[in-house]
Amino acid sequence: MARMGVMIAILLALGAVPSLAQGGDTPGSASNRTPPPVTGEEVYTQVCQACHMADAKGGSGAATIPALAKNPKLAEPGYPIGMILQGRGAMPALSDLLKPAQIAAVVTYVRTHFGNNYKKPVSEADVKLMMGP
Amino acid sequence: MQTPRTTRRQLLTAIGMVGGTAALYQAMTTMGHAAETQYKGPPDLSGARAGASVLVLGAGLAGMLAAYELSKAGYKVRILEYQNRAGGRNWSLYGGDTYTELGGATQKVQFASGHYLNPGPWRIPYHHRTLLHYCKAFGVQLEPFIQFNHNCFVHSADAFGGRPVRYREAAADFEGNVAELLAKAVNQKALDSELSQEDREKLMEALRGWGMLDKDMRYTTNLLSSEHRGYERPPGGGVNGAPIPSQVFGFHDVLNSQVWKNMAFFMNHEMQTTMFQPVGGMGMIGKAFARQVQQMITFNAKVTRINQDKAGVTVTYADTGTGAVSEAKADFCVCAIPLGVLNQIPNNMAPQKRAAIAAVPYSNSVKIGLQMARRFWETDEYIYGGHSFTSQDIALISYPNYHLFEDGPGVLLGAFATGIGAYRLAGMTPEQRIEAALAQGSVFHPDSYRKEFQTGASVAWNRVPWTLGCCARWNEETRKEHYQTLVAVDDRIVLAGEHASYVGCWMEGALLSSLDAITRLHKRALEA
Repeated sequence: MARMGVMIAILLALGAVPSLAQGGDTPGSASNRTPPPVTGEEVYTQVCQACHMADAKGGSGAATIPALAKNPKLAEPGYPIGMILQGRGAMPALSDLLKPAQIAAVVTYVRTHFGNNYKKPVSEADVKLMMGP
Repeated sequence: MQTPRTTRRQLLTAIGMVGGTAALYQAMTTMGHAAETQYKGPPDLSGARAGASVLVLGAGLAGMLAAYELSKAGYKVRILEYQNRAGGRNWSLYGGDTYTELGGATQKVQFASGHYLNPGPWRIPYHHRTLLHYCKAFGVQLEPFIQFNHNCFVHSADAFGGRPVRYREAAADFEGNVAELLAKAVNQKALDSELSQEDREKLMEALRGWGMLDKDMRYTTNLLSSEHRGYERPPGGGVNGAPIPSQVFGFHDVLNSQVWKNMAFFMNHEMQTTMFQPVGGMGMIGKAFARQVQQMITFNAKVTRINQDKAGVTVTYADTGTGAVSEAKADFCVCAIPLGVLNQIPNNMAPQKRAAIAAVPYSNSVKIGLQMARRFWETDEYIYGGHSFTSQDIALISYPNYHLFEDGPGVLLGAFATGIGAYRLAGMTPEQRIEAALAQGSVFHPDSYRKEFQTGASVAWNRVPWTLGCCARWNEETRKEHYQTLVAVDDRIVLAGEHASYVGCWMEGALLSSLDAITRLHKRALEA
């Protein structure tokens, strides 16, 4: 028992190692506790839609956010999986934010909605395969 | 045999004794201690060749500072800007403004006169000396930004039954409990091998005084702890003048609240007080910069190609209104276009440079302004500025630092979301965002939040047509692989902006990057 308090003190002292800030202004709040999205539709609505829009048509200003609607590049499931895992240009890699099951769900969802008709579902295993060891 | 060497500390002590604190500070700064900034004053661009010209792409702070200093040095400067407004991410939204985001949603801002939302930068650390220098030089009036307010709230879905508590209470209880536990460890001789008897005694004294521990080294409900966390009944006058202590929280809830994250946040160098904001909105800085370079700017110019060859730089651009395509030529180019946009503009920069431009993703962030008819946080809760933190998507609400004590309205920052919270809010329509901000912010002010709400505005940085994101997000790997390539002068072109700095996402980074870029470009120009 005597070590208990010490243990707690040490754990408190060490805690989780703070990650080196990526820089920039931050809110400084506690971790987000809103339940994460689960289904493909939920992931799309709560993450992808921020840029690709509710109708998946993207948008264009000084530069363009590509449309996912009627996008023939989605025929090959590795394309959207790779894009989510690695990002491209302004789009960040989302592999820290989304788990393989969420990525599989949203890729399946996007490939079967918004005028895309690629029926074969993408599995969590497909995503993990692309993530490598 | 080694010759005896004076240690740095001995040397500093000697300098301090002889020359006083000013000399000591000067010496410390020179030796790399106590330095607050890399700013060394305006750049030395002397000797510019007559007639040499520079094209600046982007009228944000980096672009405008480059234009200002290069033009002052004798260069012929022209700026191309995509928007019909200068300032870039330095921006305030006022009543009467209209903002259309990617996807087409348009908001007509209806804040009362003198009130605003700062969608981007909103606070300036005291050590951002470059920015403060040019604010003074260009006549931007600054006022304090109330960064740290003990009386704001902390809310977590996991703590205190979802009820917000005062920062003061949670932070005091966190420190008090840590002090008590550490004192226990000392008493249980767990630190005997780490600390001498003398240092253990000093530590115990510190823990008692810092953690508000009683004579038995316990943190508990009494007038000591209340001195930090506040009272059930505060000290007063007359018959009932004696204070009544407040009840300390259980440590389990204090830990669950993650108040330590808020506490650690305030310790960050860039979050330390004193902080500042321009009187009248952050956008005043962009406006002041623009006054210096106004005649050089071509607005509504969408850059569609950047080419350089032996003769110079040629930039093709289209007028966003008429679609008319034109070319602009110069000897050199300072490109201050955000990387996510630049990545999509055809150019003939070196392949490694293009790889660097493509390698840096942009962060997301959502800010929402909510105008309340009455400043209930001041009148009802005694909150004057500062931030109430939450584990919900909005992340915080922040109280305005201007028009304090007025009867009229106030515009709260109703959300400063990042990460998944920002994606969720960005994916909504502007109306849905306001509804979400009201629903979540009500946790702090349940009786007044919806009742007093009048009008709101939001900016989701993912959908900002001229950046496609908030700021460049480097990591250790990309820094190592691409940073030096990104900032290097590529023949006649140099990049500038917060993305080309280690002060990323801050206006200071944009300015430091710009000064460094033009200094090197000037050197390149003299060698040509």
